[in-house]
Amino acid sequence: MTDLSPIQVIVNGRVRAVRVTPHHTLLEFLRDDLGLTGSKECCLVGECGACTVLLDGRSVDSCLVLAVEADGGEVTTVEGIAAEGRLTLVQQAFLDHGAAQCGFCIPGQIVSAHALLAANAHPTRADVEEGLAGNLCRCAGYEQIIEAVLAAAGRYAAASADHGTAARARAAGSPDPAVRLDPAATPDARLAPQ
Amino acid sequence: MRPFSYERPRTLAAAIRILEATGTAATALAGGTDLIIDLRDGSVRPDVVVDLKGIDEIEAGIREEGDRLVIGARAVMEDIAADPRVRRDFIALAEAAAVVGSVQIRNRATLAGNICNASPAADTTPALLVYGAQVVAVGSGGGRRISIDDFLIGPGVTALAPGELVAGIELPLPTQRRGAVHVRRTRRRGHDLASVTLACAVFEGGSVRLAYGSVGPRPWLVTDDSGVLADPAASAEAWTAILEPLLAAASPSPRSMRAGPEYRLAMLRVLARRALDVANRRLTNGATA
Repeated sequence: MTDLSPIQVIVNGRVRAVRVTPHHTLLEFLRDDLGLTGSKECCLVGECGACTVLLDGRSVDSCLVLAVEADGGEVTTVEGIAAEGRLTLVQQAFLDHGAAQCGFCIPGQIVSAHALLAANAHPTRADVEEGLAGNLCRCAGYEQIIEAVLAAAGRYAAASADHGTAARARAAGSPDPAVRLDPAATPDARLAPQ
Repeated sequence: MRPFSYERPRTLAAAIRILEATGTAATALAGGTDLIIDLRDGSVRPDVVVDLKGIDEIEAGIREEGDRLVIGARAVMEDIAADPRVRRDFIALAEAAAVVGSVQIRNRATLAGNICNASPAADTTPALLVYGAQVVAVGSGGGRRISIDDFLIGPGVTALAPGELVAGIELPLPTQRRGAVHVRRTRRRGHDLASVTLACAVFEGGSVRLAYGSVGPRPWLVTDDSGVLADPAASAEAWTAILEPLLAAASPSPRSMRAGPEYRLAMLRVLARRALDVANRRLTNGATA
């Protein structure tokens, strides 16, 4: 009944070959096994979005995915959004607009915002409201969050007009240059519980 | 969450074998957006969870086959809502799929899972009823087609036999021009379950198919061939005379926390008129959906 299932998942660019119990969720695997506590555990019914991660490039509530279902997949958590210590334009825009109040929902908001901008480079305000409808903010900081995402979209558009970099990254299926996974990523034996 | 073992069969035959051998102790898993909640709160307590996502025969895509559009049982709401063929020929289904849960939910939730869950408030079922969808069920005895009207029995109950799986959902391609729409009422904009959910199609010949959910134990399909509802110039009284008997099957539960029965019945009438307005306008504007 409680046999461990071997899975291999790429998390934030690193291959993790681990054994998990089938009744544990992707969220539990990320937080408890990998120590990636950026994704928050909150409603556990798919309403609040605090646990949002990208699974194979698409945003999902990690509380509603079993860890075993992620076998063979690629997961990006909020910890994997920024690269080399540099904030993404979305993250910087959240800071600039005071979008983070208590901060609890922000990892999910950031991941959803990246997923939205990857799918829609020029979102309207309504697009942002719908794209982030699955992320609740109990501080009710929605106005600043929406402004931050719109501002980030504008900055991506300006950057792509200058260099074409963000546009190329988006065309390649990645929200922005900072979240492209390192193709040379190797298994991290130290962090992978065996 | 109560422990269970996990199987990810590669073939339909293997999945059916596991489901038949395990009986009621096995549960099929597609998107999981309903099932994992049930597993966590203990309302579903399987010994074995059978994940269908490793089965190539169960498609994740949408394809045309003869006079039908076939939506694979692994196709997720976000892809169905964005599919150009669904948007062209089955706009009410695209609109319904686009309001299920949030983006995160729609990236996982499948149409097949939505109908198997058989929630009275399911947003996609009224559109499937209006379009005359057929459910392709597969079991050890082979495959069979079940009309969506026969498939949906009651809350959480479908016509699926033990050991049977849904492999796909077929939509007959339109044979005449029609205008269609999905509308619903929720407590809040954004992410919420429907207090009333409704789809309708007006055909160029004047007939109307209308289906409504979240106002009874299962969604309800009605048809009208009077031509009155397809006539935007008809009086409000004329529409009321036709609509009232059509909406009479609504029997909202007084126990629901989302909305009281009086409110739902009132909103059902508002939504039916709004939907007919939009469907008539779409028909006039030359839509085929």
